[in-house]
Amino acid sequence: MYLCNSPAVTCEKTDMATTERSTSTVALRNGRWSGYRHLLWARILELKREPEVVFWVFIFPLLLAAGLGIAFRNKPADVTSVVIIDGAGAQKTLMMLQAVPGKSSPDKGSSIRAIVLDREAALKGFHFGKFDLAIESNSDGSCTYYYDPARPESVLSRAEIDAALQSAAGRKDAISTSAQSSSEPGSRYIDFLIPGLLGMNLMNSGMWGVGFALVEMRQRKLLKRFVATPMRRSDFLLALASSRLVLMVIEVGLLLSFGVLVFHMRVRGSILSVILLGSLGAVAFGGVGLLTACRAQKIESVSGLINLVMMPMWIFSGVFFSYDKFPAIAHPFIKALPLTALNDALRATITEGASLGSQSGRLLVLAIWGGVSFILALRWFRWT
Amino acid sequence: MAFVGSPIECTNLRKTYDGKVEAVRGLSLRIEAGQCFGLLGPNGAGKTTTIEILEGLLAPTSGEVRIFGHTWNDNPRQLREWIGISLQETRLSEKLNVRETIELFASFYSEPRAADEVLEELKLTEKADAWVGKLSGGQKQRLAVATALVGNPRILFLDEPTTGLDPQSRRQLWEIIRAFQKKGGTVLLTTHYMDEAERLCDGLAIVDHGQIIAEGAPSDLIDRLGGHHVVEFQVSGDGNGDADHLDRWRSLPSVESVRREDSTLCLSVREPHLTIPALLDAVAKDGNQLEHLSTRQASLEDVFVQLTGRHLRED
Repeated sequence: MYLCNSPAVTCEKTDMATTERSTSTVALRNGRWSGYRHLLWARILELKREPEVVFWVFIFPLLLAAGLGIAFRNKPADVTSVVIIDGAGAQKTLMMLQAVPGKSSPDKGSSIRAIVLDREAALKGFHFGKFDLAIESNSDGSCTYYYDPARPESVLSRAEIDAALQSAAGRKDAISTSAQSSSEPGSRYIDFLIPGLLGMNLMNSGMWGVGFALVEMRQRKLLKRFVATPMRRSDFLLALASSRLVLMVIEVGLLLSFGVLVFHMRVRGSILSVILLGSLGAVAFGGVGLLTACRAQKIESVSGLINLVMMPMWIFSGVFFSYDKFPAIAHPFIKALPLTALNDALRATITEGASLGSQSGRLLVLAIWGGVSFILALRWFRWT
Repeated sequence: MAFVGSPIECTNLRKTYDGKVEAVRGLSLRIEAGQCFGLLGPNGAGKTTTIEILEGLLAPTSGEVRIFGHTWNDNPRQLREWIGISLQETRLSEKLNVRETIELFASFYSEPRAADEVLEELKLTEKADAWVGKLSGGQKQRLAVATALVGNPRILFLDEPTTGLDPQSRRQLWEIIRAFQKKGGTVLLTTHYMDEAERLCDGLAIVDHGQIIAEGAPSDLIDRLGGHHVVEFQVSGDGNGDADHLDRWRSLPSVESVRREDSTLCLSVREPHLTIPALLDAVAKDGNQLEHLSTRQASLEDVFVQLTGRHLRED
């Protein structure tokens, strides 16, 4: 008796009247991609049925964006809060500050909020950061400013209050100036944050979704059970990667829509570029996740490894703040990290509308990380 | 590829872990089509290592495996189409339901059986829409066997299929295995349950320390004990256990062999009705009291104890 495994047969689940396998009443025949499609579908069903995945992948980034977006929204930072130490000239200083034209209305971009407190309460409030500046009016009509040179808003308010007091006392500006405030969408913290969160989310779900999932299946002996069937191993890995791409589209869509609807963020680059970048990022981190998980036998050990791999990128790759804050000598290393490349590329595309062609360096960094880890992972991968 | 030769054949298998631990030490087997063959042995005897080498999941350190005449290097994907496997311990995805799990496994084979048919056969139809995580131990084990059967295999490998199951679930599984065998399938299973081996297997290999210490049909193995019955008794009084005494019981009529377990003496006996009166006489002559006397059918356990001096399950 011969069994043929004809590659020409592409039809699926059709009755086969001539099958030699008499044990089965309904003979089925699977096509080349049947295993892949079932693996992908099973993976998506599992993810959908896991409430933790839905929370961490979809809800958590939105909460993070909402929380940080509200905490760092621009307007409150522009209110200068000062305290006047109660004394002889205190009321006069207060009146001079309140008389500053155009400074009290919040929609002019900046305003001064001043109150009078006794010395102890005033200095305490200043030290705890409640006030940016403390003013003491001396008996000779002069003023002493208490400010903290390490706090930018304190330095700023010293200059602002000084200018306000001087002009209220009659100083004339030598040249006439005018100012235009700019808190347009595109330059705010939330515009910086959302692409960073997108990148971080792609890293998180790539590392956990591939790395953790694989080790869990290895620990359950499910990988071993799969390779005991005629399943193609490449189909299995391909299905895992594809499930990441499906998830990626939802992740990116949700977070971007959230930014646009809630924070009136503007996406300047094309959606297609963003999706292509997201795919490259998802695949790159899928590769890194695969490498991280290629030999680990226990979920405890892979959890540690995943955190170890991700930790430097959380700090250095400019998720929450720009990596310009680190010394310039470290920048080449920081830029070689996959998350830095992904975040920079996402920011340039979303907020500046940069084309993908103009960022070939970043794309290359991502492709190398993904490609090299994938090749190494396949070489070292343990199915059992 | 054609089916040539026996479904399973291996010669002189050896498996050494880390260059030190010898799990399998020169094991050869030949299993004929339609046979249900059992590897029987205590935990740690090398049964799982052996079956995983035969399944092509582990590479032997030396020796050769042939499945229908083909080695695992020839065309592993084609060999996998022919076999169905249930590992000793697989925790299938808990968030998939029973039908989804069976259909997933079916999708890997080029000519699988219909999921409904397998569900019906394994009495899982009622549970088709239940999540795997919600199944009982017996249902999970039937599902594991279902994922092995859905590929329409010619050989079924089952590693400790009934360990930890309640008696009813075990009997259900035995029926499923027999039904597969009736349709012409070949089965290789490992077990440390005597009754399972005796009832289910046509052929048995008793494995200990990575080697086969006895092989044959269960009844043949028991025949080789020399007696089909075991007489167990205890005597009160002094010194009923030294070598002299053992020889003395051996000389009773129809006794084939004697062994002592703690204070109990076990005689392998061909015809108990000849042995027991002589035994009673001997005890009375010594002026001792008989504390306990029972007879039973000899089992594979007795075969194992006679071969190794140990029980299969030390508990």
